[in-house]
Amino acid sequence: MARYVVATTGDIPVGTNKVVTVRGREIAVFNVKGAFYAFLNKCPHEGARLCHGAVVGLVRSDEPGTFEYTRQGEILRCPWHGWEFDIRTGQSWVDPENTWVKNYPASIERGGKLVEGPYKAEVFPVSVEEDYVVLEV
Amino acid sequence: MSWRDVKPIDCDIHVVVPHTGVLLPYLDDYWRDYVTVRGVRNLDMTSYPPTAPLTSRPDWRPATGHAGTDLALLRRHVFDELGAQIAICNVVWGAQALHHHHLAAALCRAVNAWVAAEWLDREPRLRASIVVPWQNAAHAVEEIERCAPDRRFVQVLLLAMADQPLGREHYWPIYEAAARHGLPIAIHAGSAYRHATTSLGWPSTLLEDYVAQASGFQNQLMSLICEGALSKFPDLKVVLVESGVTWLPAFMWRANKIWRAMRMETPWVDRPPAAIVRDQVRLTLQPFDAPPDAAVVERVIEQIDSDRTILFATDYPHWQFDEDEVIPAGLSADLARRVLVDNALATYPRLESLS
Repeated sequence: MARYVVATTGDIPVGTNKVVTVRGREIAVFNVKGAFYAFLNKCPHEGARLCHGAVVGLVRSDEPGTFEYTRQGEILRCPWHGWEFDIRTGQSWVDPENTWVKNYPASIERGGKLVEGPYKAEVFPVSVEEDYVVLEV
Repeated sequence: MSWRDVKPIDCDIHVVVPHTGVLLPYLDDYWRDYVTVRGVRNLDMTSYPPTAPLTSRPDWRPATGHAGTDLALLRRHVFDELGAQIAICNVVWGAQALHHHHLAAALCRAVNAWVAAEWLDREPRLRASIVVPWQNAAHAVEEIERCAPDRRFVQVLLLAMADQPLGREHYWPIYEAAARHGLPIAIHAGSAYRHATTSLGWPSTLLEDYVAQASGFQNQLMSLICEGALSKFPDLKVVLVESGVTWLPAFMWRANKIWRAMRMETPWVDRPPAAIVRDQVRLTLQPFDAPPDAAVVERVIEQIDSDRTILFATDYPHWQFDEDEVIPAGLSADLARRVLVDNALATYPRLESLS
């Protein structure tokens, strides 16, 4: 598994995503409240591009007629059929045992460290003074 | 092995109120005078006119013309000839369809008292459904409370189409009382004809009306799921009676598919609708809406993904089959045993095998 620098942290504001291509894979990188999560940009159901999905919260209920709405910004609805995925894990909410999106570890690294380390920066130019999103693919 | 060797539990036979006169001893003074003075002689349902051929198999129709009114005949047909060990009788009658909910309450009370005295007391293999004035949930709960101590009443009877969708909170007190007493809710084919029996408006023909029953059942199931009634009462079992069976797999598939997209709207439905159906919903066998072929039945059961869903029923005296072809020949012994006996025992806490 190699590490790839794919964006500066500033490229992906909170609540948005950026699509990058790494080793032929199209990957969507999401910024959820300052943390970055990356997964294959392809719904496991019918292949829709997940980068176009709505980012919402998770609604649950213990009692008919009540709505407990939490985790705003952490759930992605597929743009085609509305299936909900947990952006943090890639797991489907409606079919958690059988359906998930392939995800990739994402981290934030200082540019200075990246220039020294064993990172593949070819997909993205790195300068010493910025923070970068690094994927393991 | 013949299915008759297993001594089946028949989950749907019909006892018929021949005329209001038989209920007079079971009405209090006010209501006895009311029905007498107003000449309320007959409250047969439009769904099953007593003289219609479908209402009774010719060889089961007594000389009086009113099938399901004679205990000796019922004994012979259901217990001796069809071999049931227990049979649950459903009275589908106009009291359930009246707008006058106080009159409905009085008549339902009388029907249940008449069933207990004239049928259950005389035939120990009979069980009955509680007929309730569901137009008024408080009245219905009162009637459930009155009948529940008599454990020969094994479920509560509603109709597939009436005032409003069955998932609505109006009906929840009925479900609460039923669940508390270990009584499944039976939803029987038929309509109170408050609304058109198709979502398009009134059909012209009996054929359309009959076929539309299946979509009525589907809409009721969806209502019970989406409004949260089945989630609210997870111990409640719902038995669809005379619903047909083969529409269920396609319904389960469609309900799951759309739920996945729109789960946000009903977050209390916290698992796929098909899973709720498998846990809480049962269907009676007759009238069976597929070729009487064991392979077809087994395929449908495989698609439902549960062999606990279907309950044996003859629908006596309605004319749904000839001779004794109640269930398709050639079912595996295990499956036959489940359908004939075990599924009913698992569905009805008040039933105990008599064989």
